[in-house]
Amino acid sequence: MRRIISLIILAIIAVGFILTFSQIPFGKDKIDVANYYIKKGIEETGAVNIVTSVVLNYRGFDTLGEVTVLFIAALGLGAVLFVERKVQKNASNSEDESKRASLILRTGSNLLFPLILLFGAYVFVHGHLTPGGGFQGGAIIASGFLLMYLAFPKQSIDKKSSSVVESLSGLVFVGIGLLGLIFSGYFLTNFLPKGIPNTLFSAGIIPIIYVAVGLKVGFELTGIIDDLMGRSR
Amino acid sequence: MNLIYNWMYYIASGGLILIGLYIVLVKTNLIKIVIGLHFINTGVNILLICIGYIRGRTAPIFSKPGINPTNVVDPVPQALVLTAIVIGVAVLALALSIVIKVYEHNKTLSVDQIKGLKW
Repeated sequence: MRRIISLIILAIIAVGFILTFSQIPFGKDKIDVANYYIKKGIEETGAVNIVTSVVLNYRGFDTLGEVTVLFIAALGLGAVLFVERKVQKNASNSEDESKRASLILRTGSNLLFPLILLFGAYVFVHGHLTPGGGFQGGAIIASGFLLMYLAFPKQSIDKKSSSVVESLSGLVFVGIGLLGLIFSGYFLTNFLPKGIPNTLFSAGIIPIIYVAVGLKVGFELTGIIDDLMGRSR
Repeated sequence: MNLIYNWMYYIASGGLILIGLYIVLVKTNLIKIVIGLHFINTGVNILLICIGYIRGRTAPIFSKPGINPTNVVDPVPQALVLTAIVIGVAVLALALSIVIKVYEHNKTLSVDQIKGLKW
């Protein structure tokens, strides 16, 4: 019964979907607003990666909101799982060594971990020049920490210093926005010189904000991993 | 053939969204429902990206000479999806943590057997 009702609902949604998207041709030039970004993006922001200039310059306030959503999700996860972690930690001392990861996994993780961190940092530092940016670089850094958690389940990152880094990078984002308000009159305005496009030190505030976003996302996702792994430890 | 060539990405993303909705509506296991929600998330991301795609054009990054404003795709949907992917992961983790709590409280993952919840 439930299955039939669901299928009827899905059929109605599918008909609406088909009717809507048959009007929108795939792969045709239908951009309107973005033409302005594409044509003026480099001279207005100094970043050759137009996606980055849209994320952090034209829609910087929107990105600040999305970083906040991410923060609230991580906070909610910590709040939901918090009570259990205290209980689990006392029980973990009595566990034997049989749950250790294999030697290959441990050695390989030790070898790969710094390289993954380096690659993540490269991705978010070059966010205004190449594909990538703070969100992707942060996810790469968190994947490196996930590898370490899988190889060494007993250990965990220093929660205090990671939350200090996370809070400071969030403050850098908001602080740069406020500095733009002071110097240029608008929140998150680019008040630094734009430099020569296609070089590392260009695009004004964009690289600074992306480094902050990268650190924030990386340590936030690491905190999520830590909260979830803390239960099985 | 022509139909697939013209509408392939819409079919894929719409299919993912519909499969996800079907899972959410029909399945009773909470883990499967969370997986269905993430199916919908992925489908919406693919849909946004392929609306911005223009056939024969490249990524909107002017890192090499020869890339003009006339041969790049729409950057706005990419900028939206870029943040949505990371937020999707965090929301997925939050949903799973709530599932963990529901399991500890009710000792079951089946929506049918949780008292006070009826479809």
